[in-house]
Amino acid sequence: MERFDDMDNNCAIQLKNITKSFGSVKANQHVSFDIRKHEVLAILGENGSGKTTVMNMLAGIYYPDEGEIFVNGKQVTIKDPKDAFDLGIGMIHQHYKLIDVFTALENIVLGLEPEEKNDMAAARKKVNDICERYGFEIDLDMKVYDMTVSQKQTLEIIKVLYRGADILILDEPTAVLTPQEITKLFAILKNMRRDGKAIVIITHKLNEVMEISDRVTILRKGEYIGTVNTSETNENELTEMMVGEKIVLDIARDFVEEKHKRLEVKHLTVINKDGKRVVDDVTFDLFSGEVLGIAGISGSGQKELLEAIMGLQKPEEGSSVVYYSTAHGVHELVGLSTREIISHGLHLAFVPEDRLGMGLVGNMGMTDNVMLKRYRKGKGPFLHRSQPQQMAVKIRDELEVDTPSLDYPVRRLSGGNVQKVLVGREINNKPTVLMTAYAVRGLDINTSYAIYNLLNEQKKRGVAVVYVGEDLDVLMALSDRILVLCNGRVNGILDGRTAVKEEVGLLMTHLKEGN
Amino acid sequence: MTGQSLLAWISAAITFGTVIMFGCIGETLNEKAGGLNLGTPGVMMLGGIASLAGAFFYENVVTAPNPLICVIISLLCCLLACSLAGLLYGFFTITLRANQNVTGLTLTMIGTGIANFFGGSLVKLSGGVGQINVAATSRAFKVGIPVLSTKLGIVSKLLFDYGWLTYVVLAMAFRMQYFFNKTRTGLNLRAVGENPATADAAGINVTKYKYAACTIGSAIAGIGGLYYVMDYVKGTWSNDSGIEALGWLAVALVIFTSWKPANATWGAYLFGFCYWVYLYIPGSISNVLMKLFKVQRSTYMQNLYKMIPYLVTIVVLILVSSRKKRENQAPASLGISYFREDR
Repeated sequence: MERFDDMDNNCAIQLKNITKSFGSVKANQHVSFDIRKHEVLAILGENGSGKTTVMNMLAGIYYPDEGEIFVNGKQVTIKDPKDAFDLGIGMIHQHYKLIDVFTALENIVLGLEPEEKNDMAAARKKVNDICERYGFEIDLDMKVYDMTVSQKQTLEIIKVLYRGADILILDEPTAVLTPQEITKLFAILKNMRRDGKAIVIITHKLNEVMEISDRVTILRKGEYIGTVNTSETNENELTEMMVGEKIVLDIARDFVEEKHKRLEVKHLTVINKDGKRVVDDVTFDLFSGEVLGIAGISGSGQKELLEAIMGLQKPEEGSSVVYYSTAHGVHELVGLSTREIISHGLHLAFVPEDRLGMGLVGNMGMTDNVMLKRYRKGKGPFLHRSQPQQMAVKIRDELEVDTPSLDYPVRRLSGGNVQKVLVGREINNKPTVLMTAYAVRGLDINTSYAIYNLLNEQKKRGVAVVYVGEDLDVLMALSDRILVLCNGRVNGILDGRTAVKEEVGLLMTHLKEGN
Repeated sequence: MTGQSLLAWISAAITFGTVIMFGCIGETLNEKAGGLNLGTPGVMMLGGIASLAGAFFYENVVTAPNPLICVIISLLCCLLACSLAGLLYGFFTITLRANQNVTGLTLTMIGTGIANFFGGSLVKLSGGVGQINVAATSRAFKVGIPVLSTKLGIVSKLLFDYGWLTYVVLAMAFRMQYFFNKTRTGLNLRAVGENPATADAAGINVTKYKYAACTIGSAIAGIGGLYYVMDYVKGTWSNDSGIEALGWLAVALVIFTSWKPANATWGAYLFGFCYWVYLYIPGSISNVLMKLFKVQRSTYMQNLYKMIPYLVTIVVLILVSSRKKRENQAPASLGISYFREDR
């Protein structure tokens, strides 16, 4: 009995039977679990499992349809973020909620009542105290638009602590950080745990769950699956709980015998508007029936390279991209506009990394988004919806896109479903060259594998596939050849079957002599 | 160019500038909270007609109007009418999340329509076109700064002999600048206009701030209409929608000042100068320009001159956007409705 009381005191938040729907999509169904003081709780789940939604209800962004929330043993209603602050709950969102044109200090005090007359000086002192206590480093007079992602995250955490939060919720905090920055962040989280704070991290990276958390709560498709102590579990068990079935970790890589040269890229150079050579004298060939993986630390010119090939960036003089088509002969692509490239009968498909910005129109449904790439194919002045609609149905059924209807705005779908719509549309246009950039960014394991399979299928059909990716393991398992970019230059082209991870890593970070 | 006509030009520019400075400050407040109120010209029309109607009936009822009561009545009528118009705009764009451009343009049409309708009625009541006159109220608003406005000769005439609202608006512009940059409330307000989701997450009541900004902003803009009626056209009314034309310049001035009210204190007068170029430009210069542009008649030239404020605004827009300084840009969420659960 005594032990029971003790547990109650230790409990910061209890969730009971929380349910939330958006339209007809159920984001959370009868979710119940607790968050304790002095611990790091990891919320684990695939994309669209409702991790962020349930936490947003604690932060006052969403309001639950059903269920009860207890904070420190008392039942509470959290109507808006202000209520959450008053209860000591602070959330650090995946998309930072900062005002770009304000300084760090202005962002920290935003929305608070001034405590005394010369309040900015007092605020500065209080912030400095917090920084010293937990080990943050920050320039309080820096404008947010000058900050790196890591600095912005630091600012977000300080902001929440300044408001006196005892319960911190971090939504995928490591997604955008470098390994060194992650180490720093984890050190700070440990300091906060020692200080008695309750910390929740939402994530789908298993190694981080194992490293930092005390307990793990798993959600699947909006439902609560269970909570385990991190010390009593392992990555395999967690994966099983997360996806519901054991998944084979091998990615298929078939060998296609028949290969034809599709693209011949020679001396491709792109200078951006700051005068930097983002793509520097890049030369390589691309063959049908292969996956060419492009590796490189982020910002090494991957995006610009693909865009230059597609005619979205203007290459410098001397650049050449020659396209060899089996049916239509040989074409020089440099100097053509994107539309001309398509009207030539060339099939290049492009999956931009910014899914909703460049890839799809958020407010339109699946049918209309499919039509975006086909509307010129109809005859007469009116749009023909029947064919795109059939195609949308095909994409939905084959790739298992979870959407209430074909006309449901794609911006309201989860990240994985948006990506499926995008990749599905590109593949359905029967490309001969399919270029993808960060096709699995932010996707859960199952959806990622579905995408890998799609790419492999295309390869077997004789498509030349370019895969720009972040996860080196995936890149090395999927690609037939790996092109490593470093500072916009080709730093080596390796065979995907024999390449060693350390070698690729070295090529990514160190430009070879004489290159 | 004679000293006399230069003096007249400056004087015309300052009275003109005062009208649009009120409009500009009000609209800036509105836009800083994310509301692009294109209804400002209509709101200023409403402010003009409401103050005129209030003054008209007061002066008709009493035989010897008290200047102070004249001022209070016309100001109250103006503020009430314009706050209501701002509130209406807020209800449509904030609560119902209607398109801001459509709502604003409609408000301008309604405001202009109402003002001209009642303007016509007042003209009829007063016995015909040109007969309407609220001399006592107009006189009360034309009182300048005591002592300074008479004792300093040319300096008095140049700087201190304008209606007192001229100085009120200057103080208001600097106060508004201080409010935006140095107060917590101002910081919160700017946050609402920059990124309402962030402001919301920081515990700021976005709806309350937006409503307050569009109500108070419209009330301030409306005083521009009052000043136009009482001082600029000396207490008369004609159904020519002259206030509306100035209202659009006030909206342009917001962009010209890059959303900084302190800049309006000179920008408004610059607009005034530019606007009156066609009346005060020396004939010799005008003749040269007419030959240069091969313009046949001087009336055609006048229309060209009247475009100058807009050209200046466009040039400033180009300069500001080419410099890409984030602080000089429009509030990031200007013109966008906010809904918390929108993903």
